[in-house]
Amino acid sequence: MLPQILPKDKLADFARFLMGEYRLAAPVAKGHQFAFEFIETPEDVGRIRMDYDITILPPKKFLHPMYEELLRFGGRDPATGEAPIQAEPTVILGAHPYDLHAIATTDAAMRAEPADPYYATKRDATLLIGINIRGYVNDEQFMADMRTTEPPEGGWDLFMTDLGDRYYVEVGSDAGSKLHQAAGMFTQAAGDDHKAKQAFDNEKASNLPKRLPYDTRYLPELMSESYDSLLWDAVARRCFSCGTCTNVCPTCYCFDVQDKLNLDAASGVRRRQWDSCQLHTFAEVAGGENFREHRSSRLRHRMFRKGKFIYEQTGKPGCVGCGRCSVHCVADISILEAYQQIADEAAVSAMEIAAAREESQ
Amino acid sequence: MSQATQQPAEAVSPYLPRAAKIVEAKDFTEQEKYFRFEFEDGQGIEYLPGQFMEVSVFGIGEAPISICSSGGKRDDLEMCIRSAGDVTNALHELNVGDTVGLRGPMGNGLDMDAMEGMDLLFVAGGLGLAPCRSFILTALENREKFGRVTILYGSRTPKDLLYAYDLDAWRDRDDCEFLVTVDRGDDDWTGNTGVITTLFRKIDRPDAANTAAFIIGPPVMFKFTVLEALAMGLRKNNIYCSLERRMKCGLGKCGHCQIRNVYVCQDGPIFSYAEVMRLREGI
Ligand SMILES: Cc1cc2nc3c(=O)[nH]c(=O)nc-3n(C[C@H](O)[C@H](O)[C@H](O)COP(=O)(O)OP(=O)(O)OC[C@H]3O[C@@H](n4cnc5c(N)ncnc54)[C@H](O)[C@@H]3O)c2cc1C
Ligand code: SF4
Ligand code: SF4
Ligand code: FES
Repeated sequence: MLPQILPKDKLADFARFLMGEYRLAAPVAKGHQFAFEFIETPEDVGRIRMDYDITILPPKKFLHPMYEELLRFGGRDPATGEAPIQAEPTVILGAHPYDLHAIATTDAAMRAEPADPYYATKRDATLLIGINIRGYVNDEQFMADMRTTEPPEGGWDLFMTDLGDRYYVEVGSDAGSKLHQAAGMFTQAAGDDHKAKQAFDNEKASNLPKRLPYDTRYLPELMSESYDSLLWDAVARRCFSCGTCTNVCPTCYCFDVQDKLNLDAASGVRRRQWDSCQLHTFAEVAGGENFREHRSSRLRHRMFRKGKFIYEQTGKPGCVGCGRCSVHCVADISILEAYQQIADEAAVSAMEIAAAREESQ
Repeated sequence: MSQATQQPAEAVSPYLPRAAKIVEAKDFTEQEKYFRFEFEDGQGIEYLPGQFMEVSVFGIGEAPISICSSGGKRDDLEMCIRSAGDVTNALHELNVGDTVGLRGPMGNGLDMDAMEGMDLLFVAGGLGLAPCRSFILTALENREKFGRVTILYGSRTPKDLLYAYDLDAWRDRDDCEFLVTVDRGDDDWTGNTGVITTLFRKIDRPDAANTAAFIIGPPVMFKFTVLEALAMGLRKNNIYCSLERRMKCGLGKCGHCQIRNVYVCQDGPIFSYAEVMRLREGI
């Protein structure tokens, strides 16, 4: 599927075309920050900002909404239950490569048996159009280390790169191919376009240096070694257990399930809502036993999920290095810094072992 | 805008419970109530001992509860439910003829055929007898498959003893050894008093290498009891326990039951002590 060109002044037309066929979500400015929002009116189209730095919340909110109905019931009788599994055909326009990777991660997690039909149905009805990044937009990002600076192998439909007056558009799927053909505003990319894209990529690479002192192939192993480290206690002293970090994280998908009654006090819905392993009650059971009672064990659990568990379970990155958790943390807790520090620890323990060996000889 | 909603026919929600009718209900203690359920759809259920169900009361919520009847393919299933909060309190108000929603069976359970020929040691503390009973009844129903069967049960006071009719039946059998103890006796109590580990001194030394133990009870009880079992020479991977965790989905998604990289609702709740040790945060 050959790369295409979309002239920049055709972007609004393309957005309007998409709105005719789909529910369209795209990045818009929100104060001095950015957010993915539904584009519903002609005015909204003008608000689309393909040049955004990073959104506050990742696009997970469209696939795994903050609140989602699982069941509706007419009363106590279990026979009255029904499952409202549905999805509107949706296009998410303007997802950065790291967010495309994060969606690939949640795809793998939610589709793992027993698959989640609520997520899967939404995901199947969603097309992803990515937009390239030029480099880091803050000091907390480390996409180069997490290998998320380019779109993932599959799972996206179109991927755009801003070449100044035009977008260079890579086609990632048959659906993406059909989409640009149906839109009718795209032309096949030519020699100059490929050269310009190459120049963009070179520039981009130089703006995305690695920020960890080791290859992330070793991250799961380093995490294992750091399990008993005092680092987690030290960092957790600053943590408020507020759960902001997990809310803004594109690969966090934990949830709580609650029943909500309608005004008749009989019928209602069973719904899920985002939850956070950082909250004190997350692992508490009846009788008051709490299996992650201490802040440090909860913080460590998050760091381990991001750096090890999710990767081991899905084969996809549990952290895509977007930096959102660190930027939004009121206590300035940085996952990049933590991942840097565990390397220091490993180096120290390796030195200690070597020293101990020498002494015993 | 074409905003047609898509509802694929094959999308069946794993959150939708099956309706089950209460066909038997009995107060065991002030806090614990026994229920026997039958499914309204007449389809029955097949499960392994150690598996659990999500019990649902629309408008209140769901709670994971162990199946306490013997494993296999059957029409009904039994549970013993302690009132501990919203859902379990609501369940205590229900009686014969009422319906609940059930999802499951969930979790791994354990196929006892894998232990054929082995001696079995059951150690249950408090409400831990509920999941343990599923293993005990399954073993006793297939008695010829196993060697010696020993059952130890500890409870706080005589008033807290569960399944009185089962206890009598086990006491009367001559093909299994059954001992019970209470932490504190009352005026009528003539049996053993003391924590459950004291019972270990009263049983014959088992053939340690050929014994599978099921130690199910509160975490403190497990910690002390597992030491006794190890001291007798039992193998770490022949000692089984059932881990309790907060659970919201039972499907390996919501994250509540996670211990390190393990989802208790899928990979558990039955773990060998060898696995629990590896998990570190297990007990
Ligand atoms: C695998 C498994 C098997 C179990 N088997 C039995 C059994 O056979 N009999 C029995 O009586 N109980 C059993 N439990 C415990 C039972 O699930 C809890 O007592 C019940 O969920 C409490 O729910 P509630 O709505 O009544 O209480 P709530 O009002 O929700 O809360 C009361 C307390 O329970 C904790 N809690 C809330 N939700 C859960 C949850 N999903 N799991 C655990 N704790 C929770 C809360 O932190 C709070 O401290 C089992 C639990 C698990 C995980
Ligand atoms: S955002 Fe920061 S303070 Fe809040 S829970 Fe996360 S790490 Fe702790
Ligand atoms: S853990 Fe932090 S840096 Fe990693 S993906 Fe989540 S929000 Fe981004
Ligand atoms: S109960 Fe939700 S993941 Fe286990």
